[in-house]
Amino acid sequence: MLAKRLIPCLDVRDGKVVKGVQFRNHEIIGDIVPLAQRYAEAGADELVFYDITASSDGRVVDKSWVRRIAEVIDIPFCVAGGIKSVADAGKILEMGADKVSINSPALANPQLIAELNATFGQQCVVVGIDSFFDVASGQYQVYQFTGDESRTQKTQWLTRDWVAEVQRLGAGEIVLNCMNQDGVRQGYDLAQLKSIRDICRVPLIASGGAGTMQHFTEVFSTADVDGALAASVFHKGIIQISELKAKLIADGISIRP
Amino acid sequence: MAELVIVDTGCANISSVYFAVKRLGVEPVISADAKLIKQAERVILPGVGTAKAAMHNLAERDLISTLQGLQQPVLGICLGMQLLTAHSMEGDVACLGLIPGEVAPLNAAGLRLPHMGWNTLHSISQHPLLKGFTAQDYLYFVHSFAVVPSQYSLAQCHYGSDFAAVIGKDNVAGAQFHPERSGKVGARLLQNFLEWQL
Repeated sequence: MLAKRLIPCLDVRDGKVVKGVQFRNHEIIGDIVPLAQRYAEAGADELVFYDITASSDGRVVDKSWVRRIAEVIDIPFCVAGGIKSVADAGKILEMGADKVSINSPALANPQLIAELNATFGQQCVVVGIDSFFDVASGQYQVYQFTGDESRTQKTQWLTRDWVAEVQRLGAGEIVLNCMNQDGVRQGYDLAQLKSIRDICRVPLIASGGAGTMQHFTEVFSTADVDGALAASVFHKGIIQISELKAKLIADGISIRP
Repeated sequence: MAELVIVDTGCANISSVYFAVKRLGVEPVISADAKLIKQAERVILPGVGTAKAAMHNLAERDLISTLQGLQQPVLGICLGMQLLTAHSMEGDVACLGLIPGEVAPLNAAGLRLPHMGWNTLHSISQHPLLKGFTAQDYLYFVHSFAVVPSQYSLAQCHYGSDFAAVIGKDNVAGAQFHPERSGKVGARLLQNFLEWQL
């Protein structure tokens, strides 16, 4: 039976792993390669590396760390951040990444999703969506440039509409980051994930809000997501992956031991 | 003579296959040179993307008859496995025809596609490549098309329906999952391949 995936997310800035609260105040957690190796050995099912500087400040970013990760890691990994073209994606995949994830560049040029699909296949194309609940309108809306607070802005897309559009264009997987929950460890946004699950035919990954092991049980059993992404609970040692897997198996969730 | 040649198919997962073999202590050569491929002790045919694009790449590199004539152990990985069969419905393209079989859209019976993630095997045959494998082992899959089960299936996987996870005939074998991305279990398949004596 297909297992649900546990996906530590490593936010990368200048070659270091960092973590902020609600996308702000980034603190350095450690070097990429040893952290990646530690997670792979601890039982992570997949890793995501978000280069959080890349999309927001527009410079050419050194991605040689992708190759260093590919040398040591024997589980799949995805690279996100600053991938604006088929050529950018090709370089990352050539260095050994299994997938690329695009977010702000897909909003600026939705056709990029179709181009990546046609060139590398659907399985390589992950679309990350930063979704924020706007209390005034009562709607979930898509934000872009979330790596840099000064440039973060609301787009014209409602989250549901953008989820439908990226699937139409050929996305192979969607990572839904619920910004209201990010970094505050109060649990995944179950209501939103459940509603998006109903319209999402490709694998859906929950992101934002994991604080306890019970939050993972809830997101798998309530929202039926294919994977759960988390950062701080793993980086800070609040949750050990081995213990989390044992609990999820005991709770009846399909998990790779 | 190279111990192991990874065929340069122009596809994207070549580095990860290269590194996975290197972690097992073998220095592979990545090449599209027919002579080097023919002389290798073992050959890996990697591949991601579409069957049509990959067969086009192989034709462009003039490698089709070379691959069809190999006598040493050959391992196709993911799309590389699908290319070993006679035909793929993905782009309706003739493949290498080394192992009888057909590649068809995966019948996921309403489950999400692509079939992406860690899954288990069943109907595991006694074959040198599958030494040490059990139904409890998880392997990493990413695909939407699959080889229809046949007498050449060495192991199957279930996702909505059964499909061939490992196939083999004579000196040629293939795995639908990514051994290079399947942790220690995947490394076992690659190690078995390195030790496979015909």
